Amino acid sequence: MRRFTRLFLELDATTATGEKLAALEAYFRDAPPEDACWGLALLTGNRPKGAATTSVLRESVLEASGLPEWLLAECHAAVGDLSETIALLLPDGAGNADEPLHRTMGDRVLALVGASEDDKRRIIRDAWAVFGPAERLVYHKLIRGGFRLGVQKRLVTRALASVAGIEPDVMAHRLIGRIRPTAEAYAALMSPEQAADDAARPYPFFLAHPLEGNAAGLGAPGDWAAEWKWDGIRAQLIRRAGQTALWSRGEEPIAHQFPEIAAAAAGLLDGTVLDGEVLLWRGGRDGGPLGFAALQTRLNRKVAPTHQLDLFDETRAVLVAYDLLEQAGRDLRREPFEDRRAALEEVITALGDETIRLSPLLGASGWEELAAVQASARERGAEGLMLKHRRSVYGVGRTKPGDTPGWFKWKVDPYTVDAVLTAAQPGSGRRANLYTDYTFAVWDRTGEDAALVTFAKAYSGLEQDEIERLDRWIRSNTTAKRGPFRQVTPEQVFELGFEGLQASERHKSGIAVRFPRILRWRTDKPAAEADTLDTLRALLEAHRA
Amino acid sequence: MPVKTDLIVPTDRGLWCEAGGFYIDPWRPVDLAVVTHAHADHATPGCGRYIASANTAALMRSRMSGIGEAHTPAFGEPLRLGATTVSLHPAGHVLGSSQVRVVPEEGPTWVVTGDYKVEPDPTCEPFEPVACDVLLTESTFGLPIYRWGDTLAVFDDLNAWWRSNADAGRTTVVLAYALGKAQRVLAGLDASIGPIGLRGALHGPTGVYQEAGIVLPDWIHANATNAPELKGRGLIVCPPSASGTAWIRKFRGKGGIRTAFVSGWMRVRGRRRWGSVDRGFVLSDHADWDGLIDTVRRTGAKRVGVTHGSSEALARYLAEREGVETFVVPTRYRGEGDEQDGVQGPGGAA
Ligand SMILES: [Zn+2]
Repeated sequence: MRRFTRLFLELDATTATGEKLAALEAYFRDAPPEDACWGLALLTGNRPKGAATTSVLRESVLEASGLPEWLLAECHAAVGDLSETIALLLPDGAGNADEPLHRTMGDRVLALVGASEDDKRRIIRDAWAVFGPAERLVYHKLIRGGFRLGVQKRLVTRALASVAGIEPDVMAHRLIGRIRPTAEAYAALMSPEQAADDAARPYPFFLAHPLEGNAAGLGAPGDWAAEWKWDGIRAQLIRRAGQTALWSRGEEPIAHQFPEIAAAAAGLLDGTVLDGEVLLWRGGRDGGPLGFAALQTRLNRKVAPTHQLDLFDETRAVLVAYDLLEQAGRDLRREPFEDRRAALEEVITALGDETIRLSPLLGASGWEELAAVQASARERGAEGLMLKHRRSVYGVGRTKPGDTPGWFKWKVDPYTVDAVLTAAQPGSGRRANLYTDYTFAVWDRTGEDAALVTFAKAYSGLEQDEIERLDRWIRSNTTAKRGPFRQVTPEQVFELGFEGLQASERHKSGIAVRFPRILRWRTDKPAAEADTLDTLRALLEAHRA
Repeated sequence: MPVKTDLIVPTDRGLWCEAGGFYIDPWRPVDLAVVTHAHADHATPGCGRYIASANTAALMRSRMSGIGEAHTPAFGEPLRLGATTVSLHPAGHVLGSSQVRVVPEEGPTWVVTGDYKVEPDPTCEPFEPVACDVLLTESTFGLPIYRWGDTLAVFDDLNAWWRSNADAGRTTVVLAYALGKAQRVLAGLDASIGPIGLRGALHGPTGVYQEAGIVLPDWIHANATNAPELKGRGLIVCPPSASGTAWIRKFRGKGGIRTAFVSGWMRVRGRRRWGSVDRGFVLSDHADWDGLIDTVRRTGAKRVGVTHGSSEALARYLAEREGVETFVVPTRYRGEGDEQDGVQGPGGAA
């Protein structure tokens, strides 16, 4: 428990991804398997449910401290976290035992499930006698639910992979589904790579550069293929050895969240890898892709719908494929785009399933006509255009500086930034009881000197259910209140779009943005990976140019 | 409720004692000011005449101009002011900090604590509880979540952290308020670990401490000349406002830089995360919850006025559980906004 508490405090104390990763690696190296399996379960949100009600904990701390109930409420308001408040209010105990985590989980957490109120009180009192202040805080979080360590699953995956000495994507695939918190399951997870692991392995994604300036600067329009730039989840669909894997660009396996795509993929030949975009597509005559928010809702759902609940709702998840990376087990990435495209069209046609469809090439007579197509992207549910050189190979990540980029993204909203939510206040009118006016910041410098600097406020862009979810999050993650204004833990990342920007001395960031709005809630991104002031400065430079 | 006929009443200039013809810690210039200590939210320049301890007067002069004539009675020495007898008693907050006892010719004796703490602190005169009928107490940390541990253990942790930073080639930066906290931190440092640098703003008050005979380890000016010596192994003490500035980055060592904030507010996790400091050490120059309650008991006061902090909560608790009559005394500094303890944390984000 002491080792796990140390990990909790280390993760809590830093926003730097590198430090979080180092803390996780050290934990998995130190902890014996019978404890590490529990640490992993807690880190990935598989915490036991229904252990203790908050009211039992409340009553117990009032009894132990002798304080009046109203004072507990005052303290809770000052601290913002009930588990921590209770830990701070308890009389200092002599407890300093270092109990293995699996013992704590068994004897003091799982034992609470279904226990009588009296037994719960006794178990909690016994735990208080054994633990020091920091362990008590973690213990309260374990038994109250809502235990979060502020770390993305991807980071946990990387740490486990590094400790086990295997590739991160192999580890990610092994982590699909629920890992039972047993030493045996953990040992299997950490075992060396096997042949079966290879079948699911994706290729690194090739990334596009933002188009700066005029498309005409790219040269002859005939050298370039144009497609819509979809606002979905970039994904790789892999069919090998009779198995299917679907990977998001964040290297998360997502096949279990989109079973209809996985089912359609069974019709692909072994040794096929597609690159494309997962979208929710509305059927019917006015059909088209739904916004990213709808997808996000699906991603956040623990269990995907296995059948269509509403016969008249023809909305379904699709993969819009735009590249073929592997055919009959052969790596095609060094082939020119137009050859891969031709092969892709054959594969999709042969499959004959609407769930996996082609991303159409957009015909245009020249740059001018293409610019008109680009301007209509929003109406088509797209973010803009992708321009791909017909002779370009499929590279790794972003093209290195100096090389000619093969892919460009030509967005309607030219300026986007991933920013961290730092504060909120209630809206007006209908939304007066919800926190809907948000303050956003970007990082000023990175690494250990990193600090957040406010640069924009935005009011709109989220769906109603997201607004409500965010409102609840804001209320339970407030670090300070000043009037109606709440400062929150800098944890949530949002993609903001804006129409222009200019230097401004009135703004702390030195930059003012015009008409900022929220494009999406990046629940896939940790705060440490949000953009920096340098990103904004570079946009400003490009804007001036 | 404060009563109009009280010996000491809150006004828009500060606490006013009509019978004695003086203000205590006024925040605007007045004719006669009794000053508890030299922090900016208690000491105001431009008054006609000051009454303060000798150390408080010296610290005020080192930090602000416009400090005129000052009378500096010894602790406990009675002083006749109008129809009252006034004496100063050590408050244990910072060097020279005083409580003010006011005895009228007739009626209850009052004590105004100013800021105070009850823990031992080698850099200032130890707190003494003063018997009285009415006590005006501060309440910066007037909630039971604030309880301080053993000071020596805090310094052991701080020194161990410095040592591990130095071993890894990292410069250690400690953010502490310029008057009081900085010198207390200094006195607790293990100078064998490496050189200690002080930001310019700290030199004045630190000099006054040393002249007053407070023993502090050797320190050097944290400036460009000394940067090579401090880089990667030294410890730099500076005010929270210096955090994250270009100035501090000049001292970055091979292994980088690590920053800690030393304050009672660091007891709460959210506050530690606030200014993205690497570490928070819980060390306060204010009384904790137990210290506040205990002080009320030891003075024997039957009426208690609460000011500066969590006033309502402490007043209600004292009335319900300690059986004393209580009232809340408004101050210019609202809520937890006590700048002396850097409530906003390093960086002072809005
Ligand atoms: Zn003070």
